[in-house]
Amino acid sequence: MSGKDEAELSRLMRAAIAGDEKAYADFLHRIAALIRGFVRRKIVQGGVDPEDVVQETLLAIHVKRHTWRQDAPVLPWVYAIARFKLIDAFRRRGRRIEIDVDDIAETFAEPETETVSERDVHRALDTLPPAQRSVVSAISVEGHSIGETAAKFGISETAVRVSLHRGLAAIAKRFGRQ
Amino acid sequence: MRTEDLIKALDADISSKAMPLRSAWWLAAGMAVVVAAAVFWMTIGPRPDFMAAAHTMRFLAKFVFTIVLAASAFAFIRVLSTPGASTARALAWMAAAPLLVAVAVALELFMVPQALWGTRMVGSNMMICMGFIPLIGIGPLAIFLWMLRYGAPTRPVLAGTVAGLLAGGLAATFYAAHCFDDSPLFVATWYTIAIAALALLGALGGRFFVRW
Repeated sequence: MSGKDEAELSRLMRAAIAGDEKAYADFLHRIAALIRGFVRRKIVQGGVDPEDVVQETLLAIHVKRHTWRQDAPVLPWVYAIARFKLIDAFRRRGRRIEIDVDDIAETFAEPETETVSERDVHRALDTLPPAQRSVVSAISVEGHSIGETAAKFGISETAVRVSLHRGLAAIAKRFGRQ
Repeated sequence: MRTEDLIKALDADISSKAMPLRSAWWLAAGMAVVVAAAVFWMTIGPRPDFMAAAHTMRFLAKFVFTIVLAASAFAFIRVLSTPGASTARALAWMAAAPLLVAVAVALELFMVPQALWGTRMVGSNMMICMGFIPLIGIGPLAIFLWMLRYGAPTRPVLAGTVAGLLAGGLAATFYAAHCFDDSPLFVATWYTIAIAALALLGALGGRFFVRW
């Protein structure tokens, strides 16, 4: 991980917070790959699926993005959240592990690609109220836009945005420390 | 759900807005001061000889201790609620208030004859002190714990404890304007116990309430 990546990712995140969807998608893809590399390196024994931690971390990054100070580097913030969610994932599954809090291994995390299996985030999606669930599914799994989703369900775009926002917040909350 | 699909959903939600954490902390601090002031004025209020007392060193020193505690705890809790922020400097500042109290205690022991140490320490209203500091501080503590939920503390129990110290420093600042016991011996004993009670409550709140 070089200073150039840090500068680029911070720039993307600033653009995203200003409302640039393309910059945000780019940021999330790159961050997801980095977190995946970090998490896989940290999980040496089984019991926790790395991809679950990747998704829970992305959700937390999303709902807590107002905690990033735009004049601070973005990667220490990202890795602090990833480490917290990783420890949480172990704790939730009743496993005690030691994670080196000041580990610098993350500095050398290499981007990695996803493996496919059943996901905790998907199971959490099933617990949402029907309206929120169908909106979140339409946009994520089916890949519709806000406008297409509004037309599909015959509701306003604002209603779609509200359902999406509340649905994501509710899913993120389910992964809060038990 | 594939991670790719989750990213689509997060991306579509980027336009939702939330107040930056830094601004939210200042707003919360303002609300906490208002709540503490309201409880203080509705219950005990300042002591009648406030203006005369304001000319004495011991009376003024109490505010130095409590305001330094509140200010350092406020700086520390803002760092603790931001993931990845460096805590070293804010943590070092947390030593300021205890050090000031320790120096004041040493000076008091030096200036006051040993026979009076006991009466100075016990004072005249320690029960009021131990009751009203937590009472004035409980509302602010609730506000600060809510703020921790809004933030993202990676060490929730520590952050909750600091929320208690912050609420304690704020409450003690108001209480000091009421209290007739100005000796550092009294402050070091009873204020500390009352603030520690809020810190313990804050730690519990951090453990059980601050989830994200």
